[in-house]
Amino acid sequence: MSVLELRGVVAGYEPGLPIVRGASLRVRSGEIVVLLGPNGAGKSTLVKAAAGLVGVSEGGVALDGVAIERLPAHARIRHGLAFVPQTENVFAGLSVADNLSLAAAVLPRALRRAEVASMLAMFPDLAAASTAPAGRLSGGQRQMLAVARAMVTRPKVLVLDEPSAGLSPLLVAQVMATLARIRDAGMAVLLVEQNARAALAVADRALILAEGRVAHEGSGASLLDDPEVAALYLGGRRAA
Amino acid sequence: MIGQILVDGVLTGALLGLGAIGLTLTYAILRFANFAQGEFVTAGAYVALVAAPAFAAMLGGGDIGQLTFGWPLLAALALAMLLTGVLAAALDWLLFRRLRRHGTPIVMVIASFGASLALRSLIEFGFGPQPRYYSHDIAMGVRLGFGARATWDQMSVLALAAALALAMHLLMTRTWLGRAMRAASENPALARISGIDVDRVIRATWLLGGGLAAAAGVMLGVIVQVRPYMGFDILLPLFAAAIVGGIGSVPGALAGGMLVGLAEAAAVPVVGAEYRAAIGFVVLLATLLLRPTGLFGQRT
Repeated sequence: MSVLELRGVVAGYEPGLPIVRGASLRVRSGEIVVLLGPNGAGKSTLVKAAAGLVGVSEGGVALDGVAIERLPAHARIRHGLAFVPQTENVFAGLSVADNLSLAAAVLPRALRRAEVASMLAMFPDLAAASTAPAGRLSGGQRQMLAVARAMVTRPKVLVLDEPSAGLSPLLVAQVMATLARIRDAGMAVLLVEQNARAALAVADRALILAEGRVAHEGSGASLLDDPEVAALYLGGRRAA
Repeated sequence: MIGQILVDGVLTGALLGLGAIGLTLTYAILRFANFAQGEFVTAGAYVALVAAPAFAAMLGGGDIGQLTFGWPLLAALALAMLLTGVLAAALDWLLFRRLRRHGTPIVMVIASFGASLALRSLIEFGFGPQPRYYSHDIAMGVRLGFGARATWDQMSVLALAAALALAMHLLMTRTWLGRAMRAASENPALARISGIDVDRVIRATWLLGGGLAAAAGVMLGVIVQVRPYMGFDILLPLFAAAIVGGIGSVPGALAGGMLVGLAEAAAVPVVGAEYRAAIGFVVLLATLLLRPTGLFGQRT
């Protein structure tokens, strides 16, 4: 059964001007689904609509079969949907530990400390800087904190919007390896990426969004082997 | 002389700092300058003016040492903080919440001007324009050294302001609500997807901001007088304190208040009391030129 299901989602920032025009997708436990597509295709808008930051005017968003499209963003995380935005994804003025403990407040009180400690154990760089303001972290550390901030809520599905943006190839590899570990632990991951090569290396399935709709779906390899898809949507480059 | 300037400046600064906390928090979270904040100061002072005799009738006089006021006024202060906090939250619910959905920040600012005028007129209509006093007893000054004198009323007001500032600091740094307020002011969208009910945080911000403004109003009433324009008259120094301290920063509001208060007190012997309010703006301009984000503000 799908953990996250988007059915015919229509969403946008202005009434009557949808950017996403009927997109549907499913993400199951223990898989990484990568959402690719050209700039302006509506990838970020679609995941923001799933997270509750952009209104859904038509269609539905379901988490474990429960409709959540009418819930406010702060309630969706309590149902198990954690979202990592592309930019400004940590509270720069709060310490690393406060970033985590603030998000952990969605858990029952008895679990919070243990879950924060577990995240600091999972990301040793963050543990070393736990009392420092998040604004002083490096780009890679910030991205790790953003992932940890989402993970500390024990979500059923982790949705990330371009977590590799602005990072060096080494740090991109680290982020993707972290996502693979999270997937291997049984979590569902929906990943929006411009960096097709890096994302497809860890993806179980990939979808290509074009003009607000899912235009192609398949395994990463099958999409890259399709010359038309590679030329139109992936910059004509094949994954290694 | 310098000792007296310090005493006067610290006293004024503490009250400005308390009043500016609400201003800086609502600005940081809602991104608009609330010109009705001064009226929360006035409203708090008048609630206590009405409530203190009622508490005195119920509890008895309850004098406290050398102070011109007793326990009834302290009980009235607590009630004034609560009711003014509720007034601020109600104003948000009735007016600003609706405008936030469709309006721009400038619409909110103009609305706050309107709310300020309406509240001030209501208070003046209800209580008249003449100054009122919590007590007609004469507060005697005590020598503090270095040529400074202060009344027990002034020292108690300072101690109370310091206690409220400490409580606010602890709330902002040690509690979930304080962290949530800081998070919502920094990035409301990220706060929402971190599980924070930002609307609830906004309500808490109005309650706290209104309550602290009321406390500043009652304290101002204790050491000066209670009148309908008391909040309006300190509105611009409140803005100066919030901006000098750095928008969104509670320690900044307190430090900004202290800086403006000390500058005003230091300038009075030189330029005269009639230009006192202008000094806040000299400090404000100097701070903005030297450090545009304010003393405790963060670059974005």
